This record gives sequence, structure tokens and C-alpha cells, in this order.
Amino acid sequence: MTARRSTPWSRMWLAIGFAFLYLPMLVLVLYSFNESRLVTVWAGFSTRWYAALWQDRQIIDAALLSLRIALLAASAATLLGTLAGIALARFGRFPGRGLFGAMITAPLVMPEVITGLSLLLLFVSLAQLVGWPEHRGALTIWIAHVTFCTAYVTVIVAGRLGELDPALEEAAQDLGATPLRAFLSVTLPILSPALLAGWLLAFTLSLDDLVIASFVTGPGASTLPIVVFSSVRLGVSPKINALATILIVAVTLAAVLALWLAGRQAARRRAGAMPAAM
Amino acid sequence: MTAFGRRLRLLITGIPFAWLLLFFLLPFVFVVKISLAEAQIAIPPYTALLARVDGHWQWQATLENYAFLLSDRLYLLAYLNSLKIAALSTLFCLLLAYPLAWAIARAPQPARNVYLLLVVLPSWTSFLIRVYAWMGILGSNGYLNRLLLSLGLVDSPLPLLRTDFAVYVGIVYTYLPFMVLPIYTSLVRLDYRLVEAARDLGAPAWRCFASIVLPLSRAGVLAGCLLVFIPATGEFVIPELLGGADTLMIGKVLWQEFFNNRDWPVASAVAILLLALLLLPMLLYYRQQAADSAPGRTVAGG
Repeated sequence: MTARRSTPWSRMWLAIGFAFLYLPMLVLVLYSFNESRLVTVWAGFSTRWYAALWQDRQIIDAALLSLRIALLAASAATLLGTLAGIALARFGRFPGRGLFGAMITAPLVMPEVITGLSLLLLFVSLAQLVGWPEHRGALTIWIAHVTFCTAYVTVIVAGRLGELDPALEEAAQDLGATPLRAFLSVTLPILSPALLAGWLLAFTLSLDDLVIASFVTGPGASTLPIVVFSSVRLGVSPKINALATILIVAVTLAAVLALWLAGRQAARRRAGAMPAAM
Repeated sequence: MTAFGRRLRLLITGIPFAWLLLFFLLPFVFVVKISLAEAQIAIPPYTALLARVDGHWQWQATLENYAFLLSDRLYLLAYLNSLKIAALSTLFCLLLAYPLAWAIARAPQPARNVYLLLVVLPSWTSFLIRVYAWMGILGSNGYLNRLLLSLGLVDSPLPLLRTDFAVYVGIVYTYLPFMVLPIYTSLVRLDYRLVEAARDLGAPAWRCFASIVLPLSRAGVLAGCLLVFIPATGEFVIPELLGGADTLMIGKVLWQEFFNNRDWPVASAVAILLLALLLLPMLLYYRQQAADSAPGRTVAGG
């Protein structure tokens, strides 16, 4: 392998790419501390919009609802996605595998308006046919989120399982462990960073979803994106800038934390710790 | 395999399978069904396909919604315009993402991991917020226009927001990470010695790119393009917030038929035709993913 190096040309592209990706968000963060009600005119430093945000019951309630749905949806999706990932990566051919694979891949690219509409029509038709679900709201949003998040978790888990050396599990079985025992005490611990990554991805996807939730929600259940969208439709607002800043900072902190955890784990692996000890 | 093992396997496969059948596949049956109904002012706002007329059951399915969509120029234009906007955005995304992915793949460690994180990080922040950021930048009183005015480059604010241009910017901005990642994955696997051998034998840089690098990163380019093109075709938030009233996109039309006109059957027919339009690219993506996850190949996460 030849040494990798940065050329002036590649440095320029990195600069252009990252400027494009980060300048818009940087401007947003900067102007969230703007005194003026006019979002784009700088009138001095102030944290008044953060205070206003804190006073906004509607936004706080919506944020709490979104967090609750995201926690529950990410957990259920991680469970379902792990099972699906094991089935796809380990069980070889089984009847319906093609359909199963298609139902895992399609949600990754399906336009949200189609997913949202189809789920709403399902809920309405089921309510007519079997009387369930009685109301649309947090529960129906949760079901919708679990469904599309499962696909993402499955791809991550199946991918990680595909990279694993099957010799590890075989060795455990040679030493007398049952396949289940070998999976639980050898493979699952190695898989745990992928499960965490899947859970985090599902959590952010659920927290972020506007279109699907708008279709399947009912009266009284407004998630944060739904509230933000109805405000943003009317134009830019300093309060939304403050909210955006909080979201951006939270995600950045979470990412740095995840990176630090991954780095620590890699260091421990290099130090020769057994995977099962993690 | 023991009976317990078989039952365990059935359970592991069965639970997610049943969930997806019920909440992913079954819904489309109802979309098809309702697209064949007529709208009516009632709860739910569509007619039944099987109704009792004069004492006997009568089949009342109709293809009228489809005939309506295909005969109305507005819908046809919306479909075509969505395809055009999605295709051009995908192209712009590719032109920006490819050199970026190359620069990251060729960077030494540990900088490479940091760059990779920097590309992924924005896709973890709210999609809505990233679209919203451009409303502040492109508005007639926005940051960009104020900058251009203060530099004396323009005399009056340019109309940037609520145009097709803003829609292109929005799609390229929000979907860029989905293009960079698969291309990066295929470029980082590429054996650079091939390029060096070609250079030693006197091939010019463009030749190396065209006959070595590009063919070997084809899978990544294809995956990235499909990951951008398919969802962008049905995009609603971006044309709604950044596009003008005359920016016709099918996702927006579906939303308006459903929420503003409350015409569920027409909205369903719009969804089915959109799905039919995207079936081929989706199939392509599925086959590409299946090939990529075949034994011996590693999959790019996410």
C-alpha cells in the first residue's frame, strides 16, 4: 500500500465540501444569539430567544412527546432490526427471503409521502374492519417509526454480522457451547457497538420525522417537527434558530461521545482485551 | 438441528417478518383499494368498493382517478418536473460528492475518520432544520442577498428563495452525505497501486481516472445516485419550504390532494403512479444492495 497524502487539490475540495455543509448551520447558530426580531439583521448579542423558547409550552410539550416516541421507537426497532439482521445474515435461504430482503431495502429509499399515506390508510381501514386502532396519535406514530427504523437497524446489524469471522462462534461451539449460547456470549458482545449505532440512528430518524408523522397522527399529538414545520412555513423566526442551535449542539455532543467511546474500545481491543470482557 | 433450534429460528425470522408484512406491505393493498374508490364527504372520505345496491352486491371499483391523473396536464407536468429536478439534483450532488469522497479516501489516518464523521454529522441533525437554514440564507432579506448588496455586486435583492434554484440547493445540501458515503466506501477499497502502475506506464491522469478509478467505483456511484434520486423524486419538505408556488413536484401534489382537498382516492392514485415510476430504480437499488451484501463483500453501514 502506498502512503496516502493530501494534495493541494484534495485539500481544496475538502474545504469547499465542508464549507458548503457547515456554513449554513454556523450562520444559524450565530444568529440565534441575535437581539433583533429581524432574523437576518445583527443587533447585538442576546439569549432572549432561548428564554422565549423555554416559555413556549407548545414547543416544550411537542419536544417531550417526540423524545418519548423516539426512545420507544428506537428500542423496538433495535430489537426487531437485530432479529431481522440475524435472519438475513445467518439463516441462508429460507422461504420468503427475497420478499423479506425487499421489505428491508424498500423503506430506505421509499418517498416519505408514500409511506405516510399508506400507513394512514392502513390505520383507517383497520379501525373500520376490526376497530383497532381506536385513535390515531402517539401509538400510530410509534408503529410507523418502528417500521421504517427497523430497516435501517437491520442493514447495520446484517452488515456487521457479515464482516464477523464465523470461526469465533465455531470455536465456542467446538468447546461445547450450544449455538444459542455461542451467539449470546461471543457474537452479541462484539455486535453491541453496531446495536448502539443502530439505536442512535433510529432515535435521530424518529426524532426528525415530519412527513410520516403528519399523515398518521391524530388530534392532540403534535411532535416537534410538526410544530416546527407549521411555524417555519410562515417564515424564519429567531425562536426556531435557538431551537435549531440546541439540536445541532446536542447532536454534535452525541457524535463526539460516540467517537470517544469507539476510540476507547478500539484502544482496549489493541491492548488485547477479550471481546467477551467488553 | 434440534427442534428447539428450529423453533428459535422461526421465531427470530417470524417476528420482524410479520411486523413488516402488517405495517409495510399490507398498507399498499389499501392504497390500491382506495385509489379505485370515489371520494365522498363522509368518514372515511371514500366509497366502498363493494356496495349493496337494490338488494344485491355490486362491484364499484373505478379507474376514474387514474384516467383523471393521466388526462390532466398539471399532474403529468408534476411527475415530469419531479423526475427532472431529482435527476439534475442527483447529478449536481455527484459532481460535488465524488471529488470530496476521493479526497477523504486518499487522506491519511486519523484525519480520514474525522473527515468521514464531518460528512455524516449533518445528516444526524434535523433534516427540517437544514432545509430551514437555507430559508434564512436565500430570502430577499437573507444573509446572501445582504452580503451581495453590501459588496455592491447587485443593486437590488436577487429572487433566490421560492425558486427552482433554491430547491436544487436544498436537495444537494441535504442529500450530499448519502452520495459521499457509498462512493467513499468503493474508493477506499480501491487498490491505488493500479493507478500508480498506470502512471508509471505513462497514462495521463484523466486516463487513469476514466479507465481505472471510475469503473472500480461504479457500484458506489450507482448506490449513491439511487439513494439521492429515489427519495428526491417524492420530496415534499424541500419544494414546500424553498420552492415557489409554481414549483410543481409530485410529493407536494400528493400532500395537497390529501391535506388540502381531502381527496384520498386521488392522493392514493398519485402515490401508486409515483411508486410505478420509481419501481425500476428501486429494483436496481435492491439488486445492488443484494450483490453488495453477498458473502465476501462488506457492507457500508447505513
